[in-house]
Amino acid sequence: MQVMLLFSRQGKLRLQKWYVPLPDKEKKKITTELVQTVLARKPKMCGFLEWRDLKIVYKTYASLYFCCATEDQDNELITLEIIHRYVELLDKCFGSVSELDIIFKFEKAYFILDEFLLGGEVQETSKKNVLTAIQQADLLQEKTESMCHGKSFIGCKKTY
Amino acid sequence: RPGANTTAIMPAVSKGDGMRGLAVFISDIRNCKSKEAEIKRINKELANIRSKFKGDKALDGYSKKKYVCKLLFIFLLGHDIDFGHMEAVNLLSSNKYTEKQIGYLFISVLVNSNSELIRLINNAIKNDLASRNPTFMCLALHCIANVGSREMGEAFAADIPRILVAGDSMDSVKQSAALCLLRLYKASPDLVPMGEWTARVVHLLNDQHMGVVTAAVSLITCLCKKNPDDFKTCISLAVSRLSRIVSSASTDLQDYTYYFVPAPWLSVKLLRLLQCYPPPEDAAVKGRLVECLETVLNKAQEPPKSKKVQHSNAKNAILFETISLIIHYDSEPNLLVRACNQLGQFLQHRETNLRYLALESMCTLASSEFSHEAVKTHIDTVINALKTERDVSVRQRAADLLYAMCDRSNAKQIVSEMLRYLETADYAIREEIVLKVAILAEKYAVDYSWYVDTILNLIRIAGDYVSEEVWYRVLQIVTNRDDVQGYAAKTVFEALQAPACHENMVKVGGYILGEFGNLIAGDPRSSPPVQFSLLHSKFHLCSVATRALLLSTYIKFINLFPETKATIQGVLRAGSQLRNADVELQQRAVEYLTLSSVASTDVLATVLEEMPPFPERESSILAKLKRKKGPGAGSALDDGRRDPSSNDINGGVEPTPSTVSTPSPSADLLGLRAAPPPAAPPAPAGAGNLLVDVFDGPAAQPSLGPTPEEAFLRFVCKNNGVLFENQLLQIGVKSEFRQNLGRMYLFYGNKTSVQFQNFLPTVVHPGDLQTHIRLNVTKRVAAQVDGGAQVQQVLNIECLRDFLTPPLLSVRFRYGGTPQSLTLKLPVTINKFFQPTEMAAQDFFQRWKQLSLPQQEAQKIFKANHPMDAVLTKAKLLGFGSALLDNVDPNPENFVGAGIIQTKALQVGCLLRLEPNAQAQMYRLTLRTSKEPVSRHLCELLAQQF
Repeated sequence: MQVMLLFSRQGKLRLQKWYVPLPDKEKKKITTELVQTVLARKPKMCGFLEWRDLKIVYKTYASLYFCCATEDQDNELITLEIIHRYVELLDKCFGSVSELDIIFKFEKAYFILDEFLLGGEVQETSKKNVLTAIQQADLLQEKTESMCHGKSFIGCKKTY
Repeated sequence: RPGANTTAIMPAVSKGDGMRGLAVFISDIRNCKSKEAEIKRINKELANIRSKFKGDKALDGYSKKKYVCKLLFIFLLGHDIDFGHMEAVNLLSSNKYTEKQIGYLFISVLVNSNSELIRLINNAIKNDLASRNPTFMCLALHCIANVGSREMGEAFAADIPRILVAGDSMDSVKQSAALCLLRLYKASPDLVPMGEWTARVVHLLNDQHMGVVTAAVSLITCLCKKNPDDFKTCISLAVSRLSRIVSSASTDLQDYTYYFVPAPWLSVKLLRLLQCYPPPEDAAVKGRLVECLETVLNKAQEPPKSKKVQHSNAKNAILFETISLIIHYDSEPNLLVRACNQLGQFLQHRETNLRYLALESMCTLASSEFSHEAVKTHIDTVINALKTERDVSVRQRAADLLYAMCDRSNAKQIVSEMLRYLETADYAIREEIVLKVAILAEKYAVDYSWYVDTILNLIRIAGDYVSEEVWYRVLQIVTNRDDVQGYAAKTVFEALQAPACHENMVKVGGYILGEFGNLIAGDPRSSPPVQFSLLHSKFHLCSVATRALLLSTYIKFINLFPETKATIQGVLRAGSQLRNADVELQQRAVEYLTLSSVASTDVLATVLEEMPPFPERESSILAKLKRKKGPGAGSALDDGRRDPSSNDINGGVEPTPSTVSTPSPSADLLGLRAAPPPAAPPAPAGAGNLLVDVFDGPAAQPSLGPTPEEAFLRFVCKNNGVLFENQLLQIGVKSEFRQNLGRMYLFYGNKTSVQFQNFLPTVVHPGDLQTHIRLNVTKRVAAQVDGGAQVQQVLNIECLRDFLTPPLLSVRFRYGGTPQSLTLKLPVTINKFFQPTEMAAQDFFQRWKQLSLPQQEAQKIFKANHPMDAVLTKAKLLGFGSALLDNVDPNPENFVGAGIIQTKALQVGCLLRLEPNAQAQMYRLTLRTSKEPVSRHLCELLAQQF
């Protein structure tokens, strides 16, 4: 995988993870183009498309778009499930995750992603193991109160 | 959006969790009503943070973390951050995990190759890697993987393999180390030393911990691609691992089971790894693998264990990867056909994603001899997809698949479906469809009339998308196959009857009727005059390139149908042709008119003989499609519009595109026309070679190519080229000028096979020119010039003072006993002694004002004689000798130049300004020099260049 982007229906970027080295200017250009391309798609369209020499795989959860750019050879369906597993991990860690959690606790969203994907490849698929890693980290810091706000966007159509 | 006030949309943050300030800041930003307000708020925050970082009071870790996190947030919003790196680096050495973590995150996202900082960062990473605290080690490894720079590689590429295979490394550390190494290896493979560790990495495929295997397979796959032989042992390990997963019950793998599918990610990765190699040689391994692949195919037929899409996606991800491996091996007919049947089921699945993937995957199956027939059975479904899919990317896949499954048996059906689709196809993919149809029609044509019909249909339906390659190709094929020529002539004739037909149709029609119009001339409905008037009725609506082609058709008509001669000569003679502003058209009209009146019927028939067959070679269309990233490419339609190298047919429209018949220094012949409009045929500056033989004898000596005056004017902006050419003699010029001095080489080429005698070229200084410019012949030429030979003369030139008229060159010789003489203007004009002068806008305007006397300025407003092309204009102005000054004229369309004319006696400063008006097709040229006649003269000279 070359990049993962999370953005809202309004085109606001919520998270960006790059697995290829690119200058900031190029990243911004690609981001703008990708966001526009994906937002222009109608619902029920295919979740895969060709873009430049990459394959785009995307899926929406509530108002949030999860969009991955992968190499030509990569498996589209498994990429879709990478997205879903990440959403599940976010949901567990934040307790019913919402877009707001990703805005306000963006650093945590990045930490969770690093435990799951590294260098653009799946590192650990076990939910339990990823959560343990995150919790271990949490144990090392001051006691954290659970952050449970907003409604879950898994299986929930509510938007913020 | 529930509630606009801060508290309602901000998650409550307890004191213990810290960073309340961050949450407040984020909600402030979210509450900003405008971009300006947001920037204002951010600047306020940046100022605050900066003062905190610079303040006297040492910040505690918590505050540092909070501010660094705010900076990160600002950066991720899209704003630039130019400080805070040092504070982030400080956080790396904190003992508090959360502080360290934020430090690493900041560095991962915002690192730059600031060398001082890199050393500190690397140091911190080194400490964490050595800490034996797995959590810290992982953080450090994540950071290296996220940055993945060469510097990181240089610092750590040697350490990480050791961590990866060390017996005492924790599983989580191994996982991070594997992928960290993968990232470094991808970025700079040279930095990762192969060694003893590689064998041990392969054995990670046997690791008990599934997470370790999952991470390791990615690394191994990448290493395999570059060193397949070194990692061969991974095949059997991968197969046995895969076999264990595939045959396990859905609950065996506990947390590695995903929606009842055991280890889907690992399975997919293992199947990918196996695609790096041919089928296993070891029969037992191969048997086990085939068993696995069959199991996957069998499972696809089982009822789903869950209705969740995650279940079916995970299961099908493995299935598609399995099919990829089967296609990759391309050796198991049974599996290939089963795969095809499976995909066939997906073609009508209700999930768009699956239909898309099935079409895509089937495309590769179609190219296997084992499954090609099986794929073909799905033709109706695929055609239906082309017609009914609502998503263009799915339709694109369907079109690709039709192309891939096409063969002689179904070509007519597929081509007609694609033609039908073309009428409503998305603009983005039309050109590609056109290419594909053209290729299929040619490849599978049984009778060529079908091929001709298909291409003409393409032009009719999507003329704009029919590239040159396509219509060139139809001409090649018609020229080469005499069984289709009559049909082609008849068909284009009919197609041209349409009141509005595409220009490409006129081109094809013009060419074919010019070559084969005689084959249908017997029918009174398509008699020669009817053919001509049909073509000529389109003439005025066409572009220059097409009109040029039609003129060639007309001259061919004169040859084919003598009865049309008078009419066509009348057309050629018309002022609109003979004095056409476009040199190409003018030249063709002049030459064809002369040819038709001077040459005898026999000569005409020889010159305009039917085109010889084209050499068979790879279709230029196929080459074009190949350039488009292969048959699957859908997005790349906007790249590479035209390929000038494939001008083959167009080259054939004229007998010989070459102008130069003797070896001459005129390689730069077209110097001024270096960038002709893309579709223009090669300039037929003269059908020189053939005509030499035609006009045997000294009597007729019309000048070929441009008139001497035109040739002279072309030299104003260039130094090399052909100054003069007729049937006997060609004079080429090469010259160079520096300061007030110049040297000119004149090349005289005898184009005949007979020796020139008493050959005497001399330089003439009319009037008192000798006091202005001096030319000395340093190398005299011999009095005899052999047939086909070329001789050279060298002139040294010195400009004494400014001059207005050029020196003359008089050439006298005897050819076959007849005296010949001609006098030409030597291309030495005052601007040759220009020294370009660069200056700033301010200086330019100051000097411009200084030269404000009325007699110092010369101005001309004139109509454009050539296409108004900024690049050409620039080239001409530079060729003229002045410097071009950018950013002087407030209007970027205008050109401003400056230079000094160097003569022995004095220097003349010159400023010029050229203002094109594209709408009116006019220019205004203004020159200001310190010497009145020079302004006027330069203005005259330059104005004739555009």
